Amino acid sequence: MPLVEVRKFATVVEEVFHEGGPPPARPLKQGACLAVIRNPYAGRYVPDILPLMKELEPLGLEMARRLIAALGVAPKEIEAYGKGAIVGGAGELEHGALWHAPGGYGMREALGGTKAIVPSSKKVGGVGARLDVPLAHINAAYVRSHFGAMEVGLPDAPKADEIVYILTMATGPRVHARAGGLQPSEIKGEDGLR
Amino acid sequence: MKAKIRKLIVSVEETRQDMGKAVEPPTRKAAAVAVIENPFAGQYVQDLKPLMDIGEELGELLTRRCVAALDIEGGKAESYGKAAIVGEKGELEHAAAILHPQMGKPVRAVLSKGAALIPSAKKMGGPGTPIDVPLGHKDAAFVRSHFDAVEVRVADAPRAGEILVAIAVTDSGRPLPRVGGLQKHEIKGEDGLR
Repeated sequence: MPLVEVRKFATVVEEVFHEGGPPPARPLKQGACLAVIRNPYAGRYVPDILPLMKELEPLGLEMARRLIAALGVAPKEIEAYGKGAIVGGAGELEHGALWHAPGGYGMREALGGTKAIVPSSKKVGGVGARLDVPLAHINAAYVRSHFGAMEVGLPDAPKADEIVYILTMATGPRVHARAGGLQPSEIKGEDGLR
Repeated sequence: MKAKIRKLIVSVEETRQDMGKAVEPPTRKAAAVAVIENPFAGQYVQDLKPLMDIGEELGELLTRRCVAALDIEGGKAESYGKAAIVGEKGELEHAAAILHPQMGKPVRAVLSKGAALIPSAKKMGGPGTPIDVPLGHKDAAFVRSHFDAVEVRVADAPRAGEILVAIAVTDSGRPLPRVGGLQKHEIKGEDGLR
């Protein structure tokens, strides 16, 4: 049996025109791709879980590509990203942590190299659990206008022996961003922070 | 009256397997949601025609979004459904005005045929309220394999003065249908029932 077995994919894209203020020239698009996979380590403590991390790399890349396609933009138009995991009840939080490397790899690969750390969240939950997946600028983590989050989840996942892995992307800042801080025009882009 | 849209959300679920059995081809359900201003929030208005016109406009827009997300021709769609959630400053009748009098015609124009009633659901709610959009075969309501629903929710909608309007379209029935009844190859497609 392959280590990575996808039961379902889901994508969701929001197109935000305004939030009560003046609509920007271009609506903000933000989206998420979710993959529901069987947890090969469910129901017991497995010391070495790194084989799954390696096997998840193609999934990370496929999900990044699916998400960019669903957003309907060129990779260079993506300005923020994030990732997350919801582990079903027969698994452990550490199984969610396996997503850090392959999820980040998939997005960096699909977006053509990015500098900033990919913000993340994770939890153990049952079917219908919701997760707020953070978003931040792809090249400079301190860009305040791009801090965001997207709430996602599926009514039928994760089952006890499943994991939901998630990627999020956005095409720009919050729709009425005006809380100051480092501006995208000021990014140096050297250390991934500023 | 044109709908004042704050945001549009489009989601697709693609099921590859269930209970370890492959679903081939995968079943796919799309849902498109518009969050609009309720022009009659906070007041009783006798004539709801403006909301009926909004229903017609959104019928076309949201159906087109679903078909685009599924990447199919409209005629390849198999089931459909619609729903609305009215924010607390409105009344349930506002949902009825959007959904029932004028929405169906443009939906059927995009999908071609569509003799069957479009199944629907409506309720009052606040931000994050989920709604299960019922699904039925578009040409024959009795096709048992296509009775289903898709849950939609938007974390920040509907606000008190908003209405959330959803249309769902699939190119398939349930993942592993085996409860008998009228089969899709037996559809006559004349009366909308069989």
